[in-house]
Amino acid sequence: MMHVSPVREPLINGEKSYKDITKDVVAPVRAKPGKLWFVGLGISAIVMLIGFAMIGYTIWFGIGTWGVNRTIGWGWSITNFVWWVGIGHAGTFISAILLLFRQKWRTSINRAAEAMTIFAVMCAGLFPLIHMGRLPLGFFILPYPNTRELWVNFNSPLLWDVFAITTYLLVSLLFWYMGLIPDLGTIRDRMKTLWKKKVYNFLSFGWKGSARHWQRHESMSLILAGLAAPLVLSVHTIVSFDFATSVIPGWHTTIFPPYFVSGAIFSGFAMVLTLMIVTRRALNLKEYITVGHVESMNKIIIATGSIVGIAYITELFMAWYSGVEYERYAFMNRALGPYAWAYWIMMTCNVISPQLLWFKKLRRNLAFTFVLSIFINIGMWFERFVIVVTSLHRDYLPSSWAMYKPTWVEVAIYMGTFGLFFTLFFIFIRVFPVIALAEVKSVARSSARKFLGKPIKKQSSEKQ
Amino acid sequence: MRAIVYGYFTDELDLLNAVKELQNKGIRIADVRTPFPVHGLDAALKLRRSHLPKVAFVGGLIGGTLGLFFQVWVFTKGWPLNFGGKPFLSLPSFIPVTFELTVLIAAFSMGIAFLLRSNLGPGSIPDILDEEVTDDHFQIILSEKNNNLSETELVEALAATGALDVKHVNAEK
Repeated sequence: MMHVSPVREPLINGEKSYKDITKDVVAPVRAKPGKLWFVGLGISAIVMLIGFAMIGYTIWFGIGTWGVNRTIGWGWSITNFVWWVGIGHAGTFISAILLLFRQKWRTSINRAAEAMTIFAVMCAGLFPLIHMGRLPLGFFILPYPNTRELWVNFNSPLLWDVFAITTYLLVSLLFWYMGLIPDLGTIRDRMKTLWKKKVYNFLSFGWKGSARHWQRHESMSLILAGLAAPLVLSVHTIVSFDFATSVIPGWHTTIFPPYFVSGAIFSGFAMVLTLMIVTRRALNLKEYITVGHVESMNKIIIATGSIVGIAYITELFMAWYSGVEYERYAFMNRALGPYAWAYWIMMTCNVISPQLLWFKKLRRNLAFTFVLSIFINIGMWFERFVIVVTSLHRDYLPSSWAMYKPTWVEVAIYMGTFGLFFTLFFIFIRVFPVIALAEVKSVARSSARKFLGKPIKKQSSEKQ
Repeated sequence: MRAIVYGYFTDELDLLNAVKELQNKGIRIADVRTPFPVHGLDAALKLRRSHLPKVAFVGGLIGGTLGLFFQVWVFTKGWPLNFGGKPFLSLPSFIPVTFELTVLIAAFSMGIAFLLRSNLGPGSIPDILDEEVTDDHFQIILSEKNNNLSETELVEALAATGALDVKHVNAEK
C-alpha cells in the first residue's frame, strides 16, 4: 500500500465508506427540495428576469439609457464583464492546474467550482454583446463569409477576446461534463422511478464503469487538464490585452497579463469560498468540504492576493519612475482624485484584508473566511472599476474630462446577472452531484479518515 | 448462447488480487467494472495505452494550422486592410487566435473520439449487470466466449477468488 503521511489531515472526515460517500452526495438530488431552495430559486429567477427586461430596454432605446458618455465609453458593463470572467477562473484552475499538481483536496470542490466557472463566463459574455449596442448584429464579430467580403480584424485584442472567451466556455463545459458522466451514471442507478432512470441514463451517455472506459477517461482527463491549464492563463491575459495594448495612461503597462491572471484566480477563489461555505452547510457536506479544504483555498487566496498587491505597488512605482507626465497624473488622480474612494476600497479589500490570512486561526475560521471572501469580491469589482473608469475620465484633453455614474438600467442588468448565476447554481445543486463522486472515492483510500485510522493529532476544531 | 459469469468485491485491493489469481489460472477476463478508476488495474488487465492523446495532438495540429493559415490568408490575400500602417503579415498578433483554436479543436476531437471509441453517447443503453457498480461494487465479468472452460467451472473459479454473489446469465453476444 501507498505510504501515507500521518501529519496530513484527512480530506474526508467522519468514517465514510464508499457507500456513505455515494449516499451523501446523491442525497440532495434524490430528496425533495426544501422551502428555502424554492425561495432562493424564486428570488434569483425574478432578479434575472428584471435584468433581462433591462437588457431588452437597452436594446430598444439604445445605449443612451446608460450613464456612459464620450469620455467614459466603458462603464459598468466592461467592469462587470472583466469581474465575471475573473470569477470564472477558479473552476478550471482547480480542476486543471491542481490536477496536474496532484492536489487531492481539489476533488471535493472541483465540480461545484467548475459549474460556477461556466455560469460566471455565461454572465460575463452577456456584457460585451449588450455593450456593442445592436445585439441582433452581434454575429458580426464572427469571421464568416459575407456579401461585403470583409473579415474581422485579427489584429485586435477585442477579437482575440471573442475567441478566448468562446473557447474557454466550450472547453470548460466539455471538461466539466466529461467529469460528470460517471457520476450521472451513479445517480441513474440510485433513482427508483423509470423516467428518472431514463433521463439520467441519457445524460450519463450510458456509462457502465468498464475498466477500459475508465482508462480512456483518465487519459482524456489528464490531456484535457494539460490543454485547459494554459487556456486558463491565456483567457485573462487576453482580457488584459484589451487594456494593455491601448495607449491610455494607466492601461498601457506590460505587467497587466500576470497581474490580471492572479487577480482572476484571487477573485475566483473568493467566490468559490463564498458559495462553498454556504453549500456545504445547506447540503450537509461538511465531512467532504472540510475546514482543511477552506484553509487550502485560503492559502491560494493569500498567494494570489499578494501578487495583486505587489502589482498595484509596482504600477505606482513605475508611473513615478517612468517620468511620463500623463502616466504620473493618471495614478495621482486614481489615489487622490474624484474617484479616490473607489481606489481606497480596492486597496483595503485586495491588499490589506487578505494579509490577515497569515494567521492560521483565521484561515481555519469559516465565519471570518466567509466575510473576507465577500470583501475580496467587492474589492476585485472595484479594481476593474478603477482601471476602467478612472483611467478614462480624465484623458489627454482637459476640455473633455467627465464623470460617470451608472443609471438604474446598468445596475439592474448587473443585478440580473447575479440572478442568472444563482438561478443556474440553484438548479445545478439539485440536478447534478455537487461533489465529484468518483474522484472523491478514488482518493478516499489515501485521504479519508476511515482508511487512515485514528487521527494522530486533533486539529483545531471547526468553528461555525 | 454464451454464458456470462460475474461476481463482485467491495474492496479494490481484493479485486486486484482476484484479477491476478484468475490470470494465473489462465482465465481471460471479459470486463471489470468499478465505481472509480482503480490504481493498478490497467496494468493488471494488460490494457493497451489509449490513443486519445494522439487524437488530441492531431486535432490540435489541424486546429492550429488552419487557424494560422486562415488569418494569414485573410490579411495577405483575402482582403488586406491597412491598420495604421502596420504590416499585413503581423504574425505575433495571430498567435492568440491560433492558440485558442488549437486548444478548442484538440479538446473536442479528443472528447468526441472518447465517446465514439467507448460507444458512449446520448441514447446509449448500457448492459448493466449490477447497479451497485456505480456505488461500491467492484465487478469481474467472465465470459464463456473467450475461455475454454464451462459455465460451472467459471463460476467455481470466480467464487474461489472470494467474489461475492457469483451469478451467471446467458447472453446473446
